Amino acid sequence: MTEPSEARHSDGRNEEWAREAADVSTPAAVIAEPAGRETIFDVDNVSVYYSDKRAVRDVRIKLARNEITALIGPSGCGKSTFIRCLNRMNDLIPTARVTGAIGYHGQDLYASDVDPVQVRKRIGMVFQKPNPFPKSIYDNIAFGPRVMGVKGDMDEIVETALRRGALWDEVKDRLKTNAFGMSGGQQQRLCIARSLATSPDVLLMDEPCSALDPISTGRIEDLMMELKEDYSIVIVTHNMQQAARVSDMTAFFTVELDGDTGHRTGAVVEYDQTDKIFQNPSDKRTEDYVTGKVG
Amino acid sequence: MASADFTARAAGPSGPGAGLRYRRTRRSTGEQVIKVLLAVAAVLSVVTTTGIVISLLNETISFFGEVGFAEFFFGTDWNPLRRGAQQSFGVLPLIWSTVYLTLIGLLIAIPLGLASAIYLSEYASPRVRRLVKPTLEVLAGIPTIVLGYFALTYVTPVVLRDLLGVEVRIFNGLSAGIVLGILVLPTIASVAEDALSAVPQSLREGAFGLGATQRQVVLRVVFPAALSGIVAALVLGASRAIGETVVILIAAGADPNLTLDLGVSHQTMAAFIAQTARGDISQGGTEFQTIFAVGTTLFVITLLVNAVAIRLVRRFRQVYD
Amino acid sequence: MAVTAGHREATRRAVDPASGAQRLKEAAFKATMLLSTLVGLLFLLVLIVDVARDGVPLLSADFLSSFPSRIRPEDSGVRSALQGTLLLIVVTAAFIVPVGIATAIYLEEYADPERWWNRLIELNIQNLAAVPSIVYGILGLAWIVRGPLSLGRVLLAGALTLGLLVLPVVIVVAREAIRAVPSSIRDGSLALGATQWQTIWKQVLPGALPGIATGVILALSRAIGETAPLILVGAVAFYRFDSDGLLSSFSALPIQILEAVTDSDPAFRDLAAAAIIVLLVILLLMNSVAIYLRNRYEQKW
Repeated sequence: MTEPSEARHSDGRNEEWAREAADVSTPAAVIAEPAGRETIFDVDNVSVYYSDKRAVRDVRIKLARNEITALIGPSGCGKSTFIRCLNRMNDLIPTARVTGAIGYHGQDLYASDVDPVQVRKRIGMVFQKPNPFPKSIYDNIAFGPRVMGVKGDMDEIVETALRRGALWDEVKDRLKTNAFGMSGGQQQRLCIARSLATSPDVLLMDEPCSALDPISTGRIEDLMMELKEDYSIVIVTHNMQQAARVSDMTAFFTVELDGDTGHRTGAVVEYDQTDKIFQNPSDKRTEDYVTGKVG
Repeated sequence: MASADFTARAAGPSGPGAGLRYRRTRRSTGEQVIKVLLAVAAVLSVVTTTGIVISLLNETISFFGEVGFAEFFFGTDWNPLRRGAQQSFGVLPLIWSTVYLTLIGLLIAIPLGLASAIYLSEYASPRVRRLVKPTLEVLAGIPTIVLGYFALTYVTPVVLRDLLGVEVRIFNGLSAGIVLGILVLPTIASVAEDALSAVPQSLREGAFGLGATQRQVVLRVVFPAALSGIVAALVLGASRAIGETVVILIAAGADPNLTLDLGVSHQTMAAFIAQTARGDISQGGTEFQTIFAVGTTLFVITLLVNAVAIRLVRRFRQVYD
Repeated sequence: MAVTAGHREATRRAVDPASGAQRLKEAAFKATMLLSTLVGLLFLLVLIVDVARDGVPLLSADFLSSFPSRIRPEDSGVRSALQGTLLLIVVTAAFIVPVGIATAIYLEEYADPERWWNRLIELNIQNLAAVPSIVYGILGLAWIVRGPLSLGRVLLAGALTLGLLVLPVVIVVAREAIRAVPSSIRDGSLALGATQWQTIWKQVLPGALPGIATGVILALSRAIGETAPLILVGAVAFYRFDSDGLLSSFSALPIQILEAVTDSDPAFRDLAAAAIIVLLVILLLMNSVAIYLRNRYEQKW
């Protein structure tokens, strides 16, 4: 059994995929070591509180570079809350508090001298509902580079980002029109392209397809597969088929109900290779969920 | 009663289906009467407008029977209450001072008001907001006569003369303009804050997610997205300043001047109307009719400003929704 | 692949705090916004202190119970103006409450917004709210003091003019309060066989009442602070009689304040400050009632 603190400081080179059955005292503490791959996020014992209520507890997982990691689980299990820790979006909620540490390439994102603005420049995010700015398509893409003070050929940056977002051919003739005139699926791809324009390292996607039709969803899934060549992707999804189709690793979150207070807390039950989670899960709760018995 | 109804409508259905049709009963007549009474009350507002327009036009038309159109609108000397050769009816000084003092007021109210709106909507903690917003409402509820008193007895002698060392007469346009700005500040702040707060949180998150700083989120995303509401706030503020009476009457004196100099007295259209009505003038004379001619001019300008506001808001809405 | 030292260094640079200049810009912007907000609050504070310093020494029972004097400021009081202002509140309320609520009910519950005349009424109310108060004064002078009603320069004329001025405020607030009553309440009542008016009278209005009351008080507190319309309607500045009903001459606090402020004798200016305190106290009381009503009775649907 690997001690979490040790695991955190190791470089991960010789580690086995360490899966641990839920320990009685901390059933949610499951460690998975991406062996032979580069760890990008080392999440150590992270809990998130809203005011005094704990929304997510004791998350310990390591996410690998250039892979797609899916976070699945029933609604209210804290997977969205958790993904928002990875680029410090929870800082925007005044009552939210995060404990534990999130190592990002070895740097703790929650260290006191880390600037959340710089974090978000490296770790982009795509949200559940497409949220284009009320500006032209061009200005939406150019927003990120502009706020970063990028000096360079903006036209080229915009074209590159739109091409990577698989949107260029559809919009190249109307770059100056308002982004609100696009379809929902196009808007979401615009938001993805917008994130790519700042050349991030990681792309966080919080249920990016939940507001889209199946065809748009398919296009975004294809896009994700292409993007993982260059980016690391973390995706929250309630769609298990989607997780099974696109992801390399899957973390299953669940809700623990406190019988006394009725308070609900999210926790990780199992974290493993996606095939394993869906075909041969170790935990009964995971099996029940992926086979549709509960959830 | 039921049987009477039945016999009166012998061809109708009997049993449970009977009596379902409309009947003229005391109850249904009452309902109709009430509806008519309510409609009459609602029509009163239209009567009010009609009354304003008719009363203004009536005397204004008589006025232009005495005074030439060109003299009124292009004359630069406003001395309607003098006698003989010194009497003149050039309204330009009044229009000029109205516009000029409004601009001075906006020069103060726009930056302060918009900054307050941004602070309250984007930076302030809920506790600070709960404290500051009602205080701004109190400022908005202070009667303008009180602001006029403050302009004359404090802003002019203490702030302008002693503190800032500006050379101004006791009645001056600067003091009136500054206080006019404070007068419209709460209006601008509150309407603009509503507009900023109405911008969906998802837009802010999107911008933060791209690594924008708070200032960049505010200035590049939230502010532009709220532009229609912010423009509405500014125009609303302007229209309040244009129609304000007593602050000008008290602080800027009663001497119409067509000048850029803020150190001297200025008279706006509204202030002229009030000043003239304070004196004893007989009904029917040309002097009396000037109230209406100036009133009509003020009314039309206010309506134009409003129309511009409505059009601007519509245009921005088309772009951003 | 290992996390190399070089890679880690690059990342550390990336997630390092922003440059000093960048952070300074952020802090300066936030400070500017905060300071600008404070200007308005500071102004209010200085205003209240200034008025209190000038006026409080003059406040006394005599000040409230004496008639104003043109000659001896030290004996002057606000008796008639206070009576006038209080009466104006009552009479204006008696006018705007029924008319304002009736208009609001008509527009919310009966009017078909597709009909041109109803749209005209709506548009008209919007525009009336933007008409300067001095123009209402002209209307009062031409139609109420003289012209069709010819009431003369009496209190009723003043109350009607102020009422017309603030009617749009009452209508807008009352409509919001009525709209806030959920339609399920109406459906429930109608399904029990109540007529439309019974539904409004027994269900909708009681639910909307706290909101309407708040709106009426706010409208009244705006009305009694108004000076310009009363100048045109002919309120008397130095009125040395007790109020004698709706059809007699009248004074009001703003008018007496205006007259005192513009007097050349500085002693009268302090008198104005004292009268301002009386006016502000009345406004404070009215607003306290409004806040109390809102907190005590407001219905959460």
